[in-house]
Amino acid sequence: MDSIISLLGAGLLQSFEPLNLMMIFLGCFAGLFIGAMPGLGSVNGVAILLPVTFLVPPTAAIIFLAALYYGAMYGGAVSSITLGIPGASTAVATVFDGRPMAQSGRADQALMAAAIASFIGGTISVILFTGFAPPLAAFALKFGPQEEFALMLLAFATFIGLGGDDIPKTIFSILVGLVLAAVGFDIISGQPRLIFGGLVEFQRGIPFLVLAIGIYGIGEMIWTLEHTKGKIQMHKVEVGFKKIINNLAQVKKYLPVSTVGSVLGFFVGTLPAAGATPASLMSYGLAKTFSKDGDTFGKGNVAGVAAPEAANNAASTGSMLPMITLGIPGSPTTAILLGGMIIWGLRPGPLLFTESPDFVWGLIGSMYVANFMTVVLNIALIPVFIRVLAMPFSVLAPIIFILCVVGVFATTDRMFDTYLMLGLGIAGYLLRKLNYPVAPAVLAIVLGPLTERSMRQSLISSQGDPMTFLERPISLVCILIAVGLVSYPMISKMIKKRKAEKAA
Amino acid sequence: MTVRTAELIMGVVMLLASFGLMWNVLNDDLTIGWLEGRGPGAGMWPFWLSAGMALTSLWTIARWFRGVTAESRNLDPYIDPETIFMVGITIAAIFFLLVLTNIIGLYFSMMLFLLFYVKGIGRHKWGLTLAVVFGMPVAIYMLFEVALNKYLPRGWPFFEGIFLHIDDFRYAIMS
Repeated sequence: MDSIISLLGAGLLQSFEPLNLMMIFLGCFAGLFIGAMPGLGSVNGVAILLPVTFLVPPTAAIIFLAALYYGAMYGGAVSSITLGIPGASTAVATVFDGRPMAQSGRADQALMAAAIASFIGGTISVILFTGFAPPLAAFALKFGPQEEFALMLLAFATFIGLGGDDIPKTIFSILVGLVLAAVGFDIISGQPRLIFGGLVEFQRGIPFLVLAIGIYGIGEMIWTLEHTKGKIQMHKVEVGFKKIINNLAQVKKYLPVSTVGSVLGFFVGTLPAAGATPASLMSYGLAKTFSKDGDTFGKGNVAGVAAPEAANNAASTGSMLPMITLGIPGSPTTAILLGGMIIWGLRPGPLLFTESPDFVWGLIGSMYVANFMTVVLNIALIPVFIRVLAMPFSVLAPIIFILCVVGVFATTDRMFDTYLMLGLGIAGYLLRKLNYPVAPAVLAIVLGPLTERSMRQSLISSQGDPMTFLERPISLVCILIAVGLVSYPMISKMIKKRKAEKAA
Repeated sequence: MTVRTAELIMGVVMLLASFGLMWNVLNDDLTIGWLEGRGPGAGMWPFWLSAGMALTSLWTIARWFRGVTAESRNLDPYIDPETIFMVGITIAAIFFLLVLTNIIGLYFSMMLFLLFYVKGIGRHKWGLTLAVVFGMPVAIYMLFEVALNKYLPRGWPFFEGIFLHIDDFRYAIMS
């Protein structure tokens, strides 16, 4: 325990270094605005701005992106409340009560509740993160390639079992991501694969950012264009110092639901397929179920804003736990962060704690600072948000498109990849319209090389015996859980069917 | 086209794409099985993953015939006419942005793109339009070329020459 506190102290000191502090500020600031923009969320912001971070050292870069992630979670509530359009799916539940509050002239109260609840969620989750990360990383040091492969299977299985999407389409999405990751030279034999008739451009492979920016930049903006038709109506917000003080006094109304939502959000966030969206919905559901005035939920109950906001912030921190300790991202945003860490020359996973303690503890320390900075910025900038949100979509959209093109070119130095990004963005949009989930594909393209390498290393060391995956206890447990998760939707469907037959 | 038809077409296209990927692996003479003493062949991973894609596409098509998916019962238009226009024009504009980048460079093509989008589609006032059209390339130049030393495409020699003057100006100020 003492060592954790001293390491955390060192991390906090590191995060107060001028460059890191500036990165936290810029990350929170950018995140708040990106999260507040309709159609944009943390994943879009991190994907589009990742290439910009090559300007600074890796620790400062991850601090910036983590702060942006944080800020976007806070900012998501702003558009949910004032526009009735969630900035990202993570803020969907905030609309349920945030919008009615805005319609009845209480937008300031809803915005304050969202900010304070996000702060509570962030604080509780970062404390949980500090407590859980070191022991989990120490445990994961025992992992060999078999365990790594089993863990990857588990990550993919959670998408199938818990994602709640169409199962064959989810599996298809995972497989597409894995196949795209396999394009280029084989990691072991060096033979070119899937280069489509010798196309030189494919020999270097498909960088994950091309897919991520294609889907979350181009595809997402097209999706938003379709759903808003470029027309958005904003509610008036009256803010002032007196109102802020009055709203602060109401914290006791939503402190219990925020606390429960924070703990729930953190643990749900650690699951790769779950993340902030189901966490916020579950937290909202729990708050409504156990509330004395449950029937006022959906009509403008402040607890209905606080509960999902606390949970989605806590989930964002939770999703970083498996990324840092196991090298498995807990959300699409952390999948992109993980890809960024690989570009920076770091190997995410348990060894990170021993090989790059400054990096890990600097990041953890920065999360405490970012949480505090974001709540202050959020409350202070409410009037500015309102003005920025009035920015027409026909100005915002082309700026985002330009950033996507420049971001991809700056990362890969190839115009070919910008065309590929456009193609993948359009394909992602068309597939998404048919209920093909796109997040598993992004996760798979990031994890693809690691998954293949661990599988082949295991099979080579066991001389081709697949039983090697079942002979090691940790690997066996992971595979059994994965099988259970994949079977879960089918078993639950069968049980429901039998019950219905019995009832009939 | 209805959502129902679109789901079937997408399923079939994805099935054919999966077969194409499998054929590509086989055509490149990659081993899709076990190499004695060397472990899994280079083609094993992409081939069997593509086979999995084909199977899941077949699964989706089978579910479409049985009317299991919500999309297979949805007779609404897949993309309504208003969206086709808005999305189509956006995609075409981005495509031309990329094509023109090879000719006149990214900076000039982004200025044309922004002009088209902000003035042509958004119908905003000239003040805002010009602010975006000139502000964005300057911001990109400062961030990527000045701060990150990352040179973006500048097009044919004539257009590249213009930027060499800008670079010279920048170095003159900075030195």
